[in-house]
Amino acid sequence: MTKVLRMPSSPGKVALGEPPSGYDVERIRADFPILDVKAHGQTLVYLDNAATSQKPRTVIDAISRYYECDNANIHRGVHYLSELATAEFESARKTVQSFLNAARPEEIVFVRGATEAINLVAQTYGRSQVSTGDEVLITAMEHHSNIVPWQLLCDEKHARLEVAPVNEKGELLLSEFERLLSSRTKLVAIAHVSNALGTINPLAAVVEMAHRRKIPVLVDGAQAVPRMPVDVQNLGCDFYAFSGHKTYGPTGIGVLYGKSALLEAMPPYQGGGDMISSVTFEKTTYNRLPYKFEAGTPDIAGAVGLKAALDYLGDLGMENISSHESDLLEYATEAISTIPGVRLIGTAKEKTGVVSFVMEGIHPHDIGTVLDQEGIAVRTGHHCAQPLMDRFGVDATVRASFGVYNTKSEVEALIRGIQRVKEVFA
Amino acid sequence: MADLRELYQELILEHSKAPRNYRALTAADHKAEGYNPLCGDRFTVSVQMEGDSIQDIAFQGSGCAISKASASMMTQSVKGKTKQQAKELFERFHRTVTGNQNPDSADLGKLTVFAGVSEFPTRVKCATLAWHTLQAALEGKQEAVSTE
Repeated sequence: MTKVLRMPSSPGKVALGEPPSGYDVERIRADFPILDVKAHGQTLVYLDNAATSQKPRTVIDAISRYYECDNANIHRGVHYLSELATAEFESARKTVQSFLNAARPEEIVFVRGATEAINLVAQTYGRSQVSTGDEVLITAMEHHSNIVPWQLLCDEKHARLEVAPVNEKGELLLSEFERLLSSRTKLVAIAHVSNALGTINPLAAVVEMAHRRKIPVLVDGAQAVPRMPVDVQNLGCDFYAFSGHKTYGPTGIGVLYGKSALLEAMPPYQGGGDMISSVTFEKTTYNRLPYKFEAGTPDIAGAVGLKAALDYLGDLGMENISSHESDLLEYATEAISTIPGVRLIGTAKEKTGVVSFVMEGIHPHDIGTVLDQEGIAVRTGHHCAQPLMDRFGVDATVRASFGVYNTKSEVEALIRGIQRVKEVFA
Repeated sequence: MADLRELYQELILEHSKAPRNYRALTAADHKAEGYNPLCGDRFTVSVQMEGDSIQDIAFQGSGCAISKASASMMTQSVKGKTKQQAKELFERFHRTVTGNQNPDSADLGKLTVFAGVSEFPTRVKCATLAWHTLQAALEGKQEAVSTE
């Protein structure tokens, strides 16, 4: 039976007086205007949350309100609006800090998304620390965004990219992982949760093994932050990346968490305004954290929207969300397992609400089209994890991924959709 | 609402399950690989020319029902045709599956069954992958063609 890994949540993040049994999914659905959309004339069943999540009214309103009432550039104007906008932006940073339980607000760097966060670390920490013959260790279940930045770095530095394998269930082989840690390993980069399979990686063990050898660990948390409590101090990781848009917030905003000592020592990422404290043509002095890494005018409205999203999730309670998605996963896994000709890809013991599957003799793309006609949105393809698809000997899978607003009746709609696929291709 | 049966016509399903000319072509003098990175469809099209005519043609690879049936029926349609005729047929086929030509005037023969693809814009790449690959093979391109 699949079960979501429970981690201790930090104080103040548990929803007050709302046990998981009191999770009111219908009330939550009413918060998401897009769920009223008809897809091909059918009731929308949105099961593509691992690609991007939908946005609650509070997020949409926060962005509108920001542009209607507070918009100005930040950190420079002496005027009224600039002060408001700056306060909103910095308040969003504090919200992120508390959501991840980071030690200090300056450890939160706003970026465009998890992809940019990982590239930032590769281009700054990586380029200054990795040299010829060094190694970067990743796993076989990484998203392309946690593969390619390291390939680019390794190509440039004549370093080696090492890949820790996964077993047939889609679980990291920890002993193999440990074996690949060497005196040349300069960084470990690993997903908290696999986007294609839903596997939750054993980060405590990974971090312990790496830190014992004084190797820092970057965690791609894009799939974890929307689904489970995340406490970066408890995890002990050195960098943690996530995207706003997968976390019920807007596109274009994301976060890099980094331990301040590491961030301090790193060279800047992009040059421009805001990241400097003084500029002459001879020499530029860089700004303090986190501004050193935030060149140019950031996505202020995006940060405001992300704050609203995290506040929304905080009210629901991450433990409750994780428990809700775990129930849906269990229900879907049982139902899909009983359908002849359907094979689940990714059956890790520790898993979040992602169901990846293939059907005998029917290509995922065709399955996706039939489901779409039933109003069911799933992802089909390689999920930006081609090496992982190769590992399982498939070109592609169908992936249904759950969110806060999904229901058991939507899982049932998916099951009926799969039966319909079988009829069409009988 | 677009009808699924318009897309998955019987003939298309039948060809996807039992594709014709699905084999290696040892005597091939033109060959190309086509790849759709979005869905992982991958086909190799091999051609044996005689003068300017396609004497034999075969394909291998994997993909969805639409891309496989399209490859299968393409091989049947272009066998015996000249390079130019195959190119013109592809142009009419492309216009039809993108909704830019009335299938009744496209003179596609059996390939008319793909007209329903025009209602499913995300599937146009599936229907045209083998054709793009054939063009690359005939033009002697060495690089794998991609739909992206």
